[in-house]
Amino acid sequence: MFPEPWAAEAFAMTVHLHERGLFSWTEWAEALSGEVHKPGRAEDGSDYFDCWVAALSGLLVDKGIADGETILALQQSWQRAAEATPHGRPIELANDPLR
Amino acid sequence: MSTHNHHHHDHDHDYGHGHDHDHDNRYSDMQARVKALETVLTEKGLIDPMAIDAIVDTYETKIGPRNGARVVAKAWSDPDFAAWLRTDATAAIASLGYTGRQGEHMRAVFNTPDTHNLVVCTLCSCYPWAVLGLPPVWYKAPAYRSRAVIDPRGVLAEFGLILPETKKIRVWDSTAELRYLVIPERPEGTEGLGEEALADLVSRDAMIGTAIAGPRP
Repeated sequence: MFPEPWAAEAFAMTVHLHERGLFSWTEWAEALSGEVHKPGRAEDGSDYFDCWVAALSGLLVDKGIADGETILALQQSWQRAAEATPHGRPIELANDPLR
Repeated sequence: MSTHNHHHHDHDHDYGHGHDHDHDNRYSDMQARVKALETVLTEKGLIDPMAIDAIVDTYETKIGPRNGARVVAKAWSDPDFAAWLRTDATAAIASLGYTGRQGEHMRAVFNTPDTHNLVVCTLCSCYPWAVLGLPPVWYKAPAYRSRAVIDPRGVLAEFGLILPETKKIRVWDSTAELRYLVIPERPEGTEGLGEEALADLVSRDAMIGTAIAGPRP
């Protein structure tokens, strides 16, 4: 069902946040719809979970939970952390050499 | 944390001949973006990692089209249940223990000799998760979402389902609040079967409307 583990995690975070009342499911459907209808989306639906993640990011920004810059900075920090982590060890944010 | 490992082109560790093409760990943009969201939400105390794992596990292993197939089999076997399903599908389905997590309402649409029902979500990907699990890739694809409404007969033909010209096709567009479950026609010659055996005849696609019920090919 999930093409990759991150898709499952993004899905589960959304379900969880909805259950905790951070947004209504209608709000979520509108956010997701906005993403899947953007021009340039894949005809075969293969980027569906990319849309999902973009919708979740957008909704968190709209709700004032996170701002876009913080999310992007953390994303890059995780990428540096991954590259700096030797194989076989857990990737942790603290492994980012710039942190 | 370690500071000694920023030289990541060394080959001194032995982890077998990986199908892992690369010696570096890398996070794709999407992987890293999800980790970033998780970090923000965890720091703010908005998510509980155990709950996240439990949700993934539920959707990967416990919820699937078998739930919906049991609903259909019961509707075929029990006229009172079928009547309840027609008037209040949300409650009838919940009586079997299948309830939506998004507070959505369910509507059961019954195929008849005159009418075939087909479900789509043109908006995004609304789908009756509680009874069908997560939607297949094609359900979420723009091609299906747009064409199911414009040319349902052509779409069904692509699924290998050729309906007689005389049979009407009704297309139901799901929303965040209302999800549809197609109750296919009971196949002929199944009079003696119990509910579990009947449920075997009901595929996921038959409950979306892109197939009919019957033995698997």
